[in-house]
Amino acid sequence: MHAGIIFLLVIVGSVLFHIFTPWYWTDIASNWQGMDDTITLTFWVGGGVFVAVCLFMVYCVFRYSYKEGRKAEYKPEDKKLEKILTWATTLGVAALLAPGLIIWNQYVNVPKNAIEVDVMAWQWGWQYRLPGEDGKLGTTKVTNINDENPFGINVDDPFGRDDILVQSDFINLENNKPVKILLRSVDVLHNWYVPQFRSKMDAVPGIVTYYWFEPNKVGEYEVLCAEYCGVGHYAMRGGVEVQSTEDYNKWLSEQETFQDLIAKQQKLEFENKKLVKNNNLILNKDIYKEE
Amino acid sequence: MSDEYENKSGYQAQSSETMTGTGSGVSPDMDYVRPAENPEQDLYHAHSFIEKWVFCQDAKVIGVQYFLTAVFTGVVGLILSWLMRLQLGFPGLAGFITAEHYYQFVTMHGMIMVVYFLTALFLGGFGNYLIPLMVGARDMVFPYVNMLSFWMFFVAVAVLMASFFVPGGPTGAGWTLYPPQTILEGTPGHGWGILLMLISLSLFVIGFTMGGLNYMITILQARTRGMTLMRMPLTVWGIFTATVLAMLAFPALLVSSIMMTLDKLLGTSFFMPTILKAGEVLEYGGGSPILFQHLFWFFGHPEVYIVALPAFGIVSDLISVHARKNIFGYRMMVWAIVGIGALSFFVWAHHMYVSGMNPWFGFFFASTTLIIAVPTAMKVYNWILTLWRGNIRINTVMLWCLGFIVTFVNGGITGIFLGNVSVDVPLSDTYFVVAHFHMVMGIAPLMVIMGAIYHWFPLVAGKMLDEKLGKWHFWTTFLGAYSIYFPMHYLGFIGVPRRYYEMYDSPYMTSGVGLNEFISTAAFIVGAAQLILVFNIVKTMKTGKKAEKNPWKANSLEWYTSTVPPEHGNFGERLPVVHRWPYDYNVPGAEEDYLPQTAAPSEVAHTEVEKT
Repeated sequence: MHAGIIFLLVIVGSVLFHIFTPWYWTDIASNWQGMDDTITLTFWVGGGVFVAVCLFMVYCVFRYSYKEGRKAEYKPEDKKLEKILTWATTLGVAALLAPGLIIWNQYVNVPKNAIEVDVMAWQWGWQYRLPGEDGKLGTTKVTNINDENPFGINVDDPFGRDDILVQSDFINLENNKPVKILLRSVDVLHNWYVPQFRSKMDAVPGIVTYYWFEPNKVGEYEVLCAEYCGVGHYAMRGGVEVQSTEDYNKWLSEQETFQDLIAKQQKLEFENKKLVKNNNLILNKDIYKEE
Repeated sequence: MSDEYENKSGYQAQSSETMTGTGSGVSPDMDYVRPAENPEQDLYHAHSFIEKWVFCQDAKVIGVQYFLTAVFTGVVGLILSWLMRLQLGFPGLAGFITAEHYYQFVTMHGMIMVVYFLTALFLGGFGNYLIPLMVGARDMVFPYVNMLSFWMFFVAVAVLMASFFVPGGPTGAGWTLYPPQTILEGTPGHGWGILLMLISLSLFVIGFTMGGLNYMITILQARTRGMTLMRMPLTVWGIFTATVLAMLAFPALLVSSIMMTLDKLLGTSFFMPTILKAGEVLEYGGGSPILFQHLFWFFGHPEVYIVALPAFGIVSDLISVHARKNIFGYRMMVWAIVGIGALSFFVWAHHMYVSGMNPWFGFFFASTTLIIAVPTAMKVYNWILTLWRGNIRINTVMLWCLGFIVTFVNGGITGIFLGNVSVDVPLSDTYFVVAHFHMVMGIAPLMVIMGAIYHWFPLVAGKMLDEKLGKWHFWTTFLGAYSIYFPMHYLGFIGVPRRYYEMYDSPYMTSGVGLNEFISTAAFIVGAAQLILVFNIVKTMKTGKKAEKNPWKANSLEWYTSTVPPEHGNFGERLPVVHRWPYDYNVPGAEEDYLPQTAAPSEVAHTEVEKT
């Protein structure tokens, strides 16, 4: 008897917890409302099954607890009942699978007008690259990466020159514009994840992976690495700010392009050379003096 | 080789395979059982203490050895989980837990619990003890190999535990050991730790293959007369199917371990692409990290069912015995076990929806994954339909079974979330996943293990465990574990990612702090509550009530041995002859509420048996 009551309380408690929980998903800030809806649907169907099965179990505990001399029913099989249950379950499962697959189809088919964002990950940090005026990202290679070329862009690739480089964990995105996240990693697995956008994908060294979303709420969000990547995993966080078109364009115009970086470096190099030359002159003078 | 029928009536064995005509009338034909196909095996009896208790060839002793070794690893895993929860709930409170340590705890906890605790306990422990007894054999068919199997497992555990003491400590790569980080600097234990892990896993697979061959062949070849496949207890069906899965799945783990060892030691690039580390390009190139994930989960998903199927089987038997009712839909239960086993090889990539594999795989693996929910749901229905109109003893064993149903259904339903590809996207790599798999393959099988301990303890030790302590043990464990994992799903909804050493500074965690502290506290209590069982066992062995033979009035053969606890050879001079399935409880017309599998139809001719 007591057992039945406690089990009943566990079931009721679970339902109440679900209804009144203060811990639930963050306000969605992307187009993936469909994922939330499928979760809600699964909660109704799955939760219904959970409650029904458990309540039936509790009922059996109350109703059929051991009594000396009572005969249990002897009925090894009930083909009809088993058939009904099989088909009902199959139907329920299909009803859940269908929306899941439909949304997955949207998830893997990126809209044509999506802006590509190259997200580059390493142990332990992020940096980002956006296409320049040509709307195309230049090709890259891990072995190209060095201090002068932090993104490993192929220098010969004309599309790469105007790429906008964001050497920071933080990136800005334009509101209501679909974004195709292109993920690459130079060392181990990572995963660029913003809970409010609902979407994620691993960055895998050696290949470029992708996913897309359309941010639809202006605001700042924390970026988390969602694939274990070694001891600094928990600290591998960044940020993203979704801005109105106006603010975004302003931000964009302040960013450096690959061309700017090369120019800056050439200038630096030139100045360095000049410096070396001057130093040499001074040195020569010194040597001359000593002589 | 003895033939009971021949001895009884001098009647020559006939070729007819099946008996028809149940019920009315006593004819000499009705007790007919086919003669044995194989001669009885010669048993090697131990001659010394060492042969009897150390290098023992008796499957029952090997089973207990497996059980105790697995429980030892389980205790280590439990302590590691305490340390993890200490860090997660109260970061900084235990200053010695650095991020390196935390990840080492996570990794070792996961690997120990899944492989060295659950797999070894169900198959090595319960499998060894119960298979020969339940199918009516004197021992496993290859007792010497069986002994080697345990000692190989023992060495694997020793190597694994040694990794705690090598320079750099054990590996902290996560139990999934995903390369490239596994063998690179930046992951704790990337030197000695990972090597010992890979060696230990390889030894485990080798040892397990020895045991697995034994379980399979014993079940296929050494069943006693009359024990047809469709008369086997579901426990045996569960263990059998799980063993077949293990035989097919573990090789994938073995090859991936070997390949990774080569990547680590010889600098091959099976799983290693071009990598830039601290400004230097490493001497790797062309390998695929995703290939490892495919191999790992080709092992890893069947592995879930290697743990779950024996649990399904055992719980079916426990429910039937204690509800005093036949298991509902036996044939459906058998085909569900086999079907789940077969399907489990076609769902592995549902662990990889967001791994970067070709996203089109998602459609296929989501479909197969949700199909597997159908036979699984059928099993659940049949368990509760077995309770329905039963005569249920609400004892400790039954409580664990009921706890299993609640936790398993809960964890199964959250599996439908995660299996459904696009729903998995927001939830994968969060605490929702952690909560799901702990509920479904941690707590649920643990409930079965505990039920099985209370159920079979009288057989193994000859004494009855204390019921009152048993109930305390159940309620603290069940309520505690449920309050750990049920709310944990909701941390996942917030977006809290798994494998984070610390994130109280994150906006995602601000509302979760209190919940996290609560979960940790519950975890400490549940862990400590297991001492009740230890105390119960110690107390029972000292002053406990001696168990009568077959105290639960069960039908299956393990309760019909010549002595309790059974001696080497199990069944005395004559092997039992089986006339019926093990679920004839409350058969109309029978005097008792149970009919042992050995009850011949002529002895109980007045019963109305539907299936024999």
